[in-house]
Amino acid sequence: MASTTATGRRALHALAAVVALGVPLAVMAGQAGAPAASGAPDPSRQRELVRLLRQDCGSCHGMRLTGGLGPPLTPQALRDKPSDSLVATIVSGRAGTAMPPWRPFLSEAEAAWLVARLREGDPHAP
Amino acid sequence: MRRELVALLLPALAAGCAQVEMRGTGDLGVVIERAAGRVQVVDTTARASLGSVAGLGDLSHASVVYSRDARFAYVFGRDGALTKVDILQRRVAARTAQAGNSIGGAIVQDGTLVAAQNYEPGGVKVFRADTLELVADIPATYGVKGERSKVVGLADAPGNRLVFSLFDAGEIWIADLSDPRAPKIDRHRDVGRQPYDGLVTPDGRYYIAGLFGEDGLALLDLWHPEQGVRRILDGYGRGSEKLPVYKMPHLRGWAIAGEFAYLPAIGRHEVLVVDTRDWRMVARVPVAGQPVFVIARPDRRQVWVNFAFPDNALVEVIDTETRRVAHRLEPGKAVLHLEFTPRGEAVWISARDDDRVLVYDTTTLARVASLVVDSPSGIFFTSRAARIGF
Repeated sequence: MASTTATGRRALHALAAVVALGVPLAVMAGQAGAPAASGAPDPSRQRELVRLLRQDCGSCHGMRLTGGLGPPLTPQALRDKPSDSLVATIVSGRAGTAMPPWRPFLSEAEAAWLVARLREGDPHAP
Repeated sequence: MRRELVALLLPALAAGCAQVEMRGTGDLGVVIERAAGRVQVVDTTARASLGSVAGLGDLSHASVVYSRDARFAYVFGRDGALTKVDILQRRVAARTAQAGNSIGGAIVQDGTLVAAQNYEPGGVKVFRADTLELVADIPATYGVKGERSKVVGLADAPGNRLVFSLFDAGEIWIADLSDPRAPKIDRHRDVGRQPYDGLVTPDGRYYIAGLFGEDGLALLDLWHPEQGVRRILDGYGRGSEKLPVYKMPHLRGWAIAGEFAYLPAIGRHEVLVVDTRDWRMVARVPVAGQPVFVIARPDRRQVWVNFAFPDNALVEVIDTETRRVAHRLEPGKAVLHLEFTPRGEAVWISARDDDRVLVYDTTTLARVASLVVDSPSGIFFTSRAARIGF
């Protein structure tokens, strides 16, 4: 519970930063490979997010993100998919598929950060 | 005279070269080190690791079946590699990269064939158990365009048969391998939406597939496959919205305790208890999270349950007499699997994020050992070699 609250707080901070900059999330998420935006999670949260990605998203997408019951999340596999729809899929899930909503565990800004890392390939924390 | 001498010396020389200790394998097993691509060979009597075998590839979601002499572990890797590991010599005996993305396997009744279930390309491949030479390829094609489905829930059944489910097609297939090079396929369509895993009952009679896409399970009587697939526990969720599922439950290693089967409810904090004589639900046991593995202690007195993210630090113990949770343990971070010793006096539990395998006495619930293992996931003891459906 405590961690969820902390996550929520972090999410608010991240969102506040984005809103203050006036940067739409989709645009930010589209900046693949760009240096960390000011809305980027702090290093310890980045490590948590990469762990979540590899271990828990990895339950279905594979620890190496090459796919499993869920599709692969490699740069090539994601190439034609717009970032805003990927972010929406992460936070809200996809009805009719096994993809659950991850909103309880990460914010849209954090999902956008993960999408940018996925586009670079081999996501890792600093 | 000379021949006798050679006969005497040869085994000694062979043993000397390989430095294999003369011992049985009945109290051995392997633990998957999922990130390192390695297995540790463990001894459940000494409660210790004997060593490791590396170079096995991507072992996230790896699973293992055993040769019937319980000396070789067949390790199925996520990356499609199948490796035959000699657990006495602790070395790779054979290895084949057989698919792009794989999820597990099975060994047939007479021990001569092993089979891998694959996501990509979707289907089942059958190999000679001794050499891993490819014997049969069974593509899981369906629909008018001949698409290929991901295969899940592969299990062995009596009569050298394999039974498996097609996740994308909603089908269950029985492959009769009496003639290994020409498998006969018995195909059951429209079994329900998105079967996600399956199991064969310990007596080898029934195959059950769990359905992700609907409330219920699909049951096939392998004594009478001509009667087709029956729906059981239809509407167990009573139409209420299921919770988001962050990890699919696993059905293999399921729990039968006496006449009753204990099954994970999908998207619910419940274990369902089913009477196997008529397949009706007799109880729902509230538990701490969404169950992943629901496993009976070999004497059937307890059923142990672990949970999906975010409740994966917990393990609960159901008393099968009262059908209630009697104990809750917190073995460590990210509990992925548990395995009982052959007669169940101890249970080994993997805690991935603590890099530990914990051993508990199942009577006192005291922790009796702790082993250092890198990102442990599945634990597989050789007693599986003699069990139908394992």
